[in-house]
Amino acid sequence: MVPDILQEAVNYLTYVLMGLNPASPLGSAVNFFIYDTIKILILLTVIIFAIAFFRSYISPLKVRKALGKRNEYLGNVVAALIGIITPFCSCSAVPLFIGFVESGVPLGVTFSFLIASPMINEVAIILLGGMVGWQITAVYIISGLFIAIIAGIIIGKLKLEGEVESYVYEMIEKIKAAEASGMTLEEDKQTLKERALSSRDYTIDLLKRITPYVIIAIGIGAIIHGYVPTDFLVTYVGANNPLAVPIAVLIGVPLYSNAAGIIPLVAVLIDKGIPVGTALAFMMAVTALSLPEMIILRKVLKPKLLAIFIAILAVSITAIGYLFNAIT
Amino acid sequence: MKIAVYGPGCANCQNLEKNTKQAVKEIGLGAEITQIKEIDQILEAGIIATPGLAIDGEIKSMGRVPSVEEIKKWIKAKM
Repeated sequence: MVPDILQEAVNYLTYVLMGLNPASPLGSAVNFFIYDTIKILILLTVIIFAIAFFRSYISPLKVRKALGKRNEYLGNVVAALIGIITPFCSCSAVPLFIGFVESGVPLGVTFSFLIASPMINEVAIILLGGMVGWQITAVYIISGLFIAIIAGIIIGKLKLEGEVESYVYEMIEKIKAAEASGMTLEEDKQTLKERALSSRDYTIDLLKRITPYVIIAIGIGAIIHGYVPTDFLVTYVGANNPLAVPIAVLIGVPLYSNAAGIIPLVAVLIDKGIPVGTALAFMMAVTALSLPEMIILRKVLKPKLLAIFIAILAVSITAIGYLFNAIT
Repeated sequence: MKIAVYGPGCANCQNLEKNTKQAVKEIGLGAEITQIKEIDQILEAGIIATPGLAIDGEIKSMGRVPSVEEIKKWIKAKM
């Protein structure tokens, strides 16, 4: 298995070539740093490329069409699933939201998409898998989907269409006018080579942007891994502290997710004794409830709807946190 | 030829602008490239996912960053 060979090689490098003591904090930290940096960068490169490639087959118009036709519950599920694989440049939040409303996508379904998209971000998932294992990652994905679907259904049921900013409807008129005058995108006809080139460019660009953060985060993680005694955190943030989950969620909200950067930290914290549920809640709070995104969404959502959105998310994330703390 | 790049300015939008400028340079065409950052104007043009690209009023891509090669192909088709 590749990771084992890598671990052997890194062990050789750090303990034999560099002469560090495996039992020492320094040896442990350096080993962790080198191993995880290499593993994460390889994983990131391969999977970002693969996802970018498959994503090139999905266009925003196809997504709108697919979601517009669905009825409520199925629509929420589909929206959440599609949210995972679509790229969600937060600058796209407003146009996408407006576009969805314009094509008749039910409000609740749109929200399922809006929740799933940033929370279940492929870079974050890869890193999480590579660092804490695929079981926890699967739990994260399934919980995230569950929250996206249920929250979307609840919002749909609350009939909050009136709480969408009138700005949205003004913009819809503009879109309709544009489409009426023939300004629409004809279906994508990309060749395989074009898709590969675009994916390659995207991968290189994304790696360039996130690698510094990832390395710093792994560095911090390495230090904690090597120097902080195991279970140190259990005393403070462990199962004994019932407020740990809400606190984790509150800390997560104002943090702007460079999802990539947070994860190595989360992984090490879990390693040092933070209960899995608390860690997951923290991750979800960081990615799904980011302050910058809320500010952007304020343009299309009236305060009441925005507040309800945030509240439902915060509560469900906290609930998931408690649930997993209880069962693990 | 008028090329319009639509997007509020995040990294993807800047990449699209970069690729577009590169494509125009490689073809050696004197095309006019405008950047449109206001959401109102972006939606008016029928763009529902950013970044978006339009050549002479025709939308060529939305919600992704096409490669320099692809943009060159579209420009040539319009020449």
